[in-house]
This record gives sequence, C-alpha cells and structure tokens, in this order.
Amino acid sequence: MTERLRVRVDPDKCQGHARCKALAPELFELDEYGNAHEAGDGIVPPGLEDKAWLARSNCPEIAIDVIEE
Amino acid sequence: MSDVSQPAAHPPVTDWVNDFDHTDPQWTDDPFPIWEELRATSPVVHTERFLGCYMPTTYEAVREIANDTEHFSSRRIIVRDVRPEVARNAAPPITSDPPVHKPAKQLLLPPFTPDAMKKLEPRMRAICNELIDGFIADGKVDAAARYSKYIPVQAIAHMLGIPESDSDLFINWIHMILELGIKDETKLLQAVQEMSAYFRTHIEARRSKPTDDLISYLMNAKDKEGQPLEESHVLGSLRLLLIAGIDTTWSAIGSSLWHLARTPADRERLIAEPALIPTAVEELLRAYSPVTMAREVVKETTVSGCPVKAGNMVLLSFPAANRDPKMFPDADKVVIDRRENRHAAFGLGIHRCVGSNLARMEMQVALEEWLKRIPDFRLDPAGTVTWSQGTVRGPRQLPFLLGRAM
Repeated sequence: MTERLRVRVDPDKCQGHARCKALAPELFELDEYGNAHEAGDGIVPPGLEDKAWLARSNCPEIAIDVIEE
Repeated sequence: MSDVSQPAAHPPVTDWVNDFDHTDPQWTDDPFPIWEELRATSPVVHTERFLGCYMPTTYEAVREIANDTEHFSSRRIIVRDVRPEVARNAAPPITSDPPVHKPAKQLLLPPFTPDAMKKLEPRMRAICNELIDGFIADGKVDAAARYSKYIPVQAIAHMLGIPESDSDLFINWIHMILELGIKDETKLLQAVQEMSAYFRTHIEARRSKPTDDLISYLMNAKDKEGQPLEESHVLGSLRLLLIAGIDTTWSAIGSSLWHLARTPADRERLIAEPALIPTAVEELLRAYSPVTMAREVVKETTVSGCPVKAGNMVLLSFPAANRDPKMFPDADKVVIDRRENRHAAFGLGIHRCVGSNLARMEMQVALEEWLKRIPDFRLDPAGTVTWSQGTVRGPRQLPFLLGRAM
C-alpha cells in the first residue's frame, strides 16, 4: 500500500526564506511578499516525495509539515 | 575621501568565556575555535565589555532569542562601546519591534522576491564579467577589493537608482557604521548624516522627475492609513538597504572564493557539476555566515536555562549557531553537497533578511561566472588575507594567483 504525502506550510511560522520554492518549485508557491504556501491542495504527486522531504528539512523556520496519509 | 582607518583596539582578551570580545584580533582572524570553547562551557556566555553583553552559543539558544520579541528588542542592532538614545526610524524594519515592524517589512518585501531577483540576474552576470575583464589578464588579483566588493554595491545601487560610480562612497559609509562606529560614535554619526544628505538630494530630484527605482517606490509608498511615509522612515529604510546590501554579500562571496581557493577538490567538483552550485552556496552560507545581529534585553528572562538581565546587549551570533554540532553533523566541515541545511545565515524569525533572495542570486552568479572564466586560482603566498571586524565577517584582502600553479 503506497502512502500519499501532503505538504503544508504554517503561515504563522513562514518568514519567506523561500527555500521550499527553490528546492521543490512544483509543491510550493510564494505570495507577493515572498511568503510560501503549498501549491493547490498540497498533495505530492508521485515522484516528488524526495523534494517534499528536502523542502521540509531545509526550512529554517520549521514551518513545513509533510503528512503521510 | 576614502577612510581606510582601522577600528581602535580594546585590551586583549585572556579569558574568552567570561570576557569575550568580538572585535579582538584573535576573533577577527579565526573565531571558530573560540565559539567551540564558549559553546562547550554554556549555551549563553556573558562579558562585561560593551556595557554588558550576552552571546548565545547554540543554535537552539539563538533561535529562542530570535523568536522572542517580548524580552529582546531590535531597537539596537549593533553591539557597541556606547549606548546613546536611538532615533525613531533609525533603519526600519530591522530596528523595529512589533507591532510597527510588520507593515514596515511588508513594504520592502515585494521588490525582493525570487521572481524580482530573476529579472536582475542578467545585469548581475554582466557586472561580474565586467569586473573579471578588469583583472583576468594580470595573473593575480585581490579578489575582495576588485571582485566581491563591487558585485553587491553595484546591484543595490542599480535597484536604488543611485550611480554605481559612487560605490566607493557607499563602501566607506558602511565601514564607518559597521566597523569604526562600534568604538567611535563620531564616525557613525558622520556616516549617517552624509548618507541622509545624499538620499535627500536624490529624493528632491525625483520630485520633479519620478523614476521607477526603490527611492521612488518608497517615496510613493503609503502606510496602512493611506498616508505617505514620514520622511524619516523613507530615509531610514534607504539607509538600511544600502547598509545591509553591501558588505554582507561582499563578505559571503569573498569567503566562498577564499574557501574554493584553498579547497581544489570542491572547486573541481563545482566546475564539473555547476548544478550543485546553489546547494554549495547554502553550505558556504552556513559555514561562513557573515552577519551577527544584536538585540537588547528589555525584560529579564532565561535562555536555554540561563538567566539574562535587562539592559545588556545580546550578540545574536547566527554564524556560531550554524557551527553547532548538535544541529549540523560535521558542523566544522564544509560539505558542499549537504542536503539537510536549516542554516540561519539570514536570521530567524520576523527579522529574516529582506535581501536574502538577492544575496543568494548574487552569490550563485558570482561563483558561476568566476568558475567559468577562472577555473584555477589559489591564495598568493606573498600576500595576506585580512578579515573585517565586528558585525559582518568577510575577507577584506584576498590576494589570489590566477591560472595553473607553476
């Protein structure tokens, strides 16, 4: 049974370092201030799991969750 | 015009744990073993110097302070010998506390998003190549004085809409504020006054002839009530952009080149795998973080179990945090393909560096263009590498021999 991943950015923690957008541009978007939010519903398409974990482990504000569903 | 004077000396340090001094020549030359010694002793150390100053030594303690705007104020952001009254709007938003911090920050963020920086990238590549053209035939160069120094200053001048040919004037002001100003109040005040007068002239010129640069952007900005910003706010933010935009990235590019000059294996790998450069830039930012900000303790509290008293300053050392082995395996090694790198080189919490996307782009472009044209270089054994003092750490003299060693 394959697990599905979902990414989520905590808007209260995000300070706009933009590491997630640089490392996983398919999974994150930035607003006009450069603060991040997950793209669409945050579901990680197959093949991008590694990028989701990479974004999580490089966020200086620990603002990214990767949820295994 | 250029003020090349050196900051005044303090009595030398003999007891680093209880009497540290970040302007001591030993710290300036090689702070890494000092941080290790301090960290092994306590997560927060204290010195009586600078009218009383703490320094968190661990990543955790640095994060705790950076996120605590109730007990730690940003009204003073440089640890200095004196503590005169601070002007309102000194350099918003970096000198602002909540609640006025957020609107001042939001004003500056849109021109510095990654997308905005992409538009600036071609100009940056041209600047780097123009600089390389100026010395590549010589076979040797001071890479700090003739390359890393002029990349960020020309970029921020371009964004502000002020002449790139005034670069040496700006660099001198930054030296007076961030280095000499630690120990000499008159130098700091002189530089601030000269900067303000300079920007006032440019503001005046734009009243009759508007432009599309950052000066006009701030002149036309409105606060939450729809009112134009006070002149002191516009001037403060302009001073901040110029101060923060120059020797920070100058230092980061210089330290990166210094590392690559001494580490041929890393240099060869980046030449063979240029796609690794953005990852390597993050690691170089972690290992040689240039910026140490400060906070003022305004309410007594504890940090990682250590009591801190109001009225003292805090040397908020992001560079020391980035060398904490509890946070980073092999923290003292430069691992250019390090995958997990939650470094704090651009700060943590609400004061995250506004220009971080600009700095990253400049570093990547500066290294890419240099490595393309100068794949072989090493430190010139006949020269001396010198490092800046105080708030921002980076090489100020970086003598290189270019080309294959004989």
